[in-house]
Amino acid sequence: MTDVLDYPATEQANKPVKPGIVDCDIHPSSSSFEEFKPFLSKRWWDHLNTYGMFVRQGFKEMLAFPRMQAEVSRLDAWPPSGGPPGSDLDFMRQQHLDPNGVEVGVLIPLRLNSGSQRNIDFGQALVGAVNDWQLEKFCRPEKRLRASIQIAPEDTPGSVAEIERRADDPHFVQILLPPRNGDPIGRERFWPIYEAAVAAKRPIALHVGGVAGHPVSGGTGWPSFYLEEHHSQVQTMQSVIISMVVEGVFERFPALKMVVIEAGFAWLPALAWRLDAQFERMRSEVPHLKRKPSEYIRDHIWFTTQPIEEPDRPDDLTRAMEWVGYDRLMFSTDYPHWDFDDPAHAIQVKLSDENRRKIFSGNAKKLFNLGQA
Amino acid sequence: MSWHVVAKVGEIEPGTSKVVTVRGRELGVFNVKGDYYALANKCPHEGASLCKGRIIGLAESDEPGHYRLTRQGELLRCPWHGWEFDIRTGQSWCDPVRTKVKAYHVKVETGEEVEKLGDKSKGPYIAETFSVSVKDNYILVDV
Repeated sequence: MTDVLDYPATEQANKPVKPGIVDCDIHPSSSSFEEFKPFLSKRWWDHLNTYGMFVRQGFKEMLAFPRMQAEVSRLDAWPPSGGPPGSDLDFMRQQHLDPNGVEVGVLIPLRLNSGSQRNIDFGQALVGAVNDWQLEKFCRPEKRLRASIQIAPEDTPGSVAEIERRADDPHFVQILLPPRNGDPIGRERFWPIYEAAVAAKRPIALHVGGVAGHPVSGGTGWPSFYLEEHHSQVQTMQSVIISMVVEGVFERFPALKMVVIEAGFAWLPALAWRLDAQFERMRSEVPHLKRKPSEYIRDHIWFTTQPIEEPDRPDDLTRAMEWVGYDRLMFSTDYPHWDFDDPAHAIQVKLSDENRRKIFSGNAKKLFNLGQA
Repeated sequence: MSWHVVAKVGEIEPGTSKVVTVRGRELGVFNVKGDYYALANKCPHEGASLCKGRIIGLAESDEPGHYRLTRQGELLRCPWHGWEFDIRTGQSWCDPVRTKVKAYHVKVETGEEVEKLGDKSKGPYIAETFSVSVKDNYILVDV
C-alpha cells in the first residue's frame, strides 16, 4: 500500500458528475471462498476444498501473467474492511457508485473460474453459486446493481438450464459467456445457448476471464509480457466475432444480441472491411451467409468503451465511433480494476448531447430493457 | 500566491507524503531524501488521487533481460493507469504511445543525465507543481 499519511474522504467531491450513467463493467469480488459456501451443496463444497480449482496453467493462486497491480486493481480500491477490491459493497458505493453518478451498474463476476472447469458438473455448481452470490451479496442490497448470468459453456445443456433458471429474474440483464473455450464459440455445439439467450431476451456478453489452456495470442505461442496479454483481448474478440459471423450464428438467430466488453472497438472497421472483401470472393464456401459480414456485425454487436482507445489525434477515435455507431457503444469503467475509465475524463472526444446520452446510458438502458427494472 | 504551513519537519518521513488541502486545492507534500516537494493530488490523465500511488524508481533497460532501477524514491506512479511523474518537477515519464520508440533509442544514463534528456523522453503531461520551503522547522507550500 502507499505511504500517504492521511486520506481525505472528499477526494472526489469536486469532480464533475454526470448523474444517471450506466456502467456496463463492474467487477464484484469476494473476501474468501467461504462466501460461496451457502450456495454450494456439501458435495461440491467438499470437492472445492479437497481438489481445489482445476485451472490449466502452472500457478494455482495467480494468473500466468502477473498483473500490473495486485488483484488487477486500482491501488486506491482496497476497502478498509480488509478484503480485495470489489468485495465490500459499502466501499463500492462510497468510492464509485455515489461519486460517479452510477444509476445502474452491471456486474461482471470473474471469481471461481467457473467457465474454465473441465469437470463440467463442478463447473455448473460453481456457476450456480456465483449467480446466487451476485444476487444476495450485491443486487438485493443495492438496487443500482444488476447481475450477469454466468455460464460454463463447455456444458451446453447445463448452460441452457442455468439461463432458463434465471430468465424470470430481472436482476439478471445478460448472459456472461467466457470467450476462450475449447472451440470457437460460433460452433454449432454452442447454438442451444444462443437459442436459450433469444428465448430469455438477454444478450450474450463476452468478457475475457478464466484460463482456457490455449496461448492468449490466438495460436502464435505464449507471449512474454502482461502488456501482450492485456492486448490479447483484442485478438480474442476479433476471433470470436469472426466465428460468430462466419459460422452463421446471427443468420440462424436474427434476434441474438452480443456485447463485447473491455476490448476496445476502433479495430472493428478494419476487421469488417477485410471480412466483407473476402466474403465477396469466397461466398460459395459459406452459402449459409445471406448478408455481408459487416451487416451482421452492425446489427448484432454492442461494444463497451473501457479501456477506450487514446489516439494522438482524437479525431481518429471520432471516426471509429462513427463507423461503429453511436448507438452501439456503451460506457463502462471496469471498476475496481487498474485500467478503470473515469466517466468525467475518459472519453476525450467531442460528443453531441444526444450521442453522449446514448453512450453513457441510453444504449444500455435500451439493450438491457432497464426502463422496466 | 502565498505561503501556507502544511506540516512540521519530521512529520513526513523520507520516502513518504502527506495529503493537505490548501486554498481548496488538494496537494501531496513529499519528502524525497530530505528535500520537500509538492504536487497537485490529481493525475492530469484521468484525475486519480496521485498520492495514493506508489513512490518508485525509474526502470531502465538496454536489452531484454538486463534491467536497472535508478532514481529510487524520486518518481510517483499513478494508482490507476501507472503514469509515472518526477516528484521534483511533476513531469511525466510514462507515455504509452511512445514507449516503443523510446525503447528503440534507449541509452544508458545516470538519473541526473536522464533529467537532462529533454522533451524526447518526456511524456505529454505535466502535473501542477508548487514550490516548498522549510522555515523554522515547518514545511510551507506556496499556493
